[in-house]
Amino acid sequence: MTAAPSASKTAASEAPSRGARAAAVGGLRRTLLWASGLALLCASVAVAITIGPADIAVGDVWSAVAAHLGWGRARLTPLRDGIVWNLRLPRTLLAAVCGAGLAVCGAVMQSLLRNPLADPFVLGVSSGASTGAVLVVVLGAGGGLLSVSGGAFLGALVSFALVLLLSHTLGGTTDRVVLAGVAAMQLFSALTSFVVMTAADAETTRGIMFWLLGSLSGADWTDVTVGAAALVVALTVCLGHARTLDAFAFGQDAALSLGVSVARTRLVLLCTTALLTAALVSSAGAIGFVGLVLPHAARVLTGPGHTRLLPATALTGAVFLVWVDTLARTVLDPQEVPVGVVTSLIGVPAFVAVLYRAKGTR
Amino acid sequence: MTGSETTDPNSTSSGPTGSETAGSETAGSEGLRADRVGRAAGGTLILDGVSLTPRPGAVTGLLGPNGSGKSTLLRLLAGVLAPDSGVVTLDDRPLPRVSRRAVARRIAVVEQQADTRLALSVHDVVRLGRIPHRRAWAAATAADEEAVRSALARTGLADKTHRPWHSLSGGERQRVQIARALAQEPRELLLDEPTNHLDIQHQLALLTLITELRITSVVALHDLNLAAMYCDRLVVLREGRVVACGSPHDVLTEALIADVYGVRATVTADGPDDRPHIRFLGAAPTP
Repeated sequence: MTAAPSASKTAASEAPSRGARAAAVGGLRRTLLWASGLALLCASVAVAITIGPADIAVGDVWSAVAAHLGWGRARLTPLRDGIVWNLRLPRTLLAAVCGAGLAVCGAVMQSLLRNPLADPFVLGVSSGASTGAVLVVVLGAGGGLLSVSGGAFLGALVSFALVLLLSHTLGGTTDRVVLAGVAAMQLFSALTSFVVMTAADAETTRGIMFWLLGSLSGADWTDVTVGAAALVVALTVCLGHARTLDAFAFGQDAALSLGVSVARTRLVLLCTTALLTAALVSSAGAIGFVGLVLPHAARVLTGPGHTRLLPATALTGAVFLVWVDTLARTVLDPQEVPVGVVTSLIGVPAFVAVLYRAKGTR
Repeated sequence: MTGSETTDPNSTSSGPTGSETAGSETAGSEGLRADRVGRAAGGTLILDGVSLTPRPGAVTGLLGPNGSGKSTLLRLLAGVLAPDSGVVTLDDRPLPRVSRRAVARRIAVVEQQADTRLALSVHDVVRLGRIPHRRAWAAATAADEEAVRSALARTGLADKTHRPWHSLSGGERQRVQIARALAQEPRELLLDEPTNHLDIQHQLALLTLITELRITSVVALHDLNLAAMYCDRLVVLREGRVVACGSPHDVLTEALIADVYGVRATVTADGPDDRPHIRFLGAAPTP
């Protein structure tokens, strides 16, 4: 960092009035930053919808959306309107919701467990979800009452409960939570493979593979509504704990002596992130990489303070997944690549580049 | 009470020895007190009926060999650990009955060696001290900013606010942690061997800083000469019990040092401000 000039500047600006003015300027800059971030997300969604085999312009997207929201009349043919409103819009919105949600979960887990490798799936949620889904698809568990996403959601919760129980019996420290999560991940992956190997035919296996790697191809408005609701609730809870998360910077004892009820905070935030992850995974499968890596990228942008980090993580995650999913559905057109595959193929080099650039500032 | 009287190991049967500790003349009034606290870990008693009432505004030094229970006592006082027996009170209320936030607004803790892997600046770290004063969602108030600014100024860090934590030396890091503790605006400050890993200049500077704060402080120390130079009161622990307490002059005797540390030493009154000065002569012959 530029130590010398900035240090002398702050020493000079100790007078309260100058400090207040600097704070006001900082506030304005921050508002502008958030506004442009949101604008970027909206533009990304609008543009991403136009990309694909059916030729649609940004203007068509606006008019279709406006017509459905009751402003103005539809200009598009019912077929093209359907493509926008029933296929591409829910899919793109689900991509944004999943990207934001998974990235925020990752940021919270990493701070809470003080482990840079923690991600939303470290609690075993994704592997539990896949086992639940596979049981429904392959073995017909639930006797037709359970949808695939319902099975996935139940599986995720069972797995999370197991992780909580296991980490509690093992002593409840953050390391134990991570270890219990890894154990559950292994267990449920093995169960999934076992069910698939013994009972599924080739066609089902292929369908399940797609789901295990994460895919947004089945997105509908129900998925978007459920996911968005879960995201709003979880984001509110996490932002309400933003300063509490800051207190974990120097570890649990330090957080305790800063007045944080560590056990309660950990339980609340683990449950919140697990429920959000379960909701997202049950509609989009286990999209890897976003939750692990996007928080690190956002930290380079905003620094480690959670009041700024969490919204920034949500925005970067949303924009990232919107574009990655667009690529996933168009690059091998008419074939589709699971979005989880693309996130890693694109994300890893991008991540290395971000970390490499950040290296100089540390 | 005098050191010689309490160094008899047989006289500390259930802890009444320790109950008459530094500043007990203010018993039953405000402040932080440990009353006959005990704590066991893995079947061994780490603390056995220790009482401590830090004298308001003074620096109380905690002495004792490794494993004598200094850190555990500090953790009990901070409310980070709960005692198995006895009680820690804050203004006569048991610590568990006071909310964590309220405790954190009264008592600040500086750990032996705090570290983080986050890219925090000095200012970021000191601002952590305002967490117990701030509500969720609310922005920093003028009082928050002022507390941070004054903490930085009192610790001589005003020109280093934007330095990254990772670029700081050990002495600077401890200074930043003390600034963070001051930003909490505590009335009691607990420090666990804050001079560990510091060179002698920084050890002296740090302890000078602590004595100049005029906050009720309890500080665990290893160096007897530093304790003699900077502490107003001393409490000596051995195997989880208080074996001596009082002024440095009363506590740091040749007999006590031989008994507690197993070391031969001469104690003269020619330290700074006529405080005791200890010269170590070697290990005591094993009886």
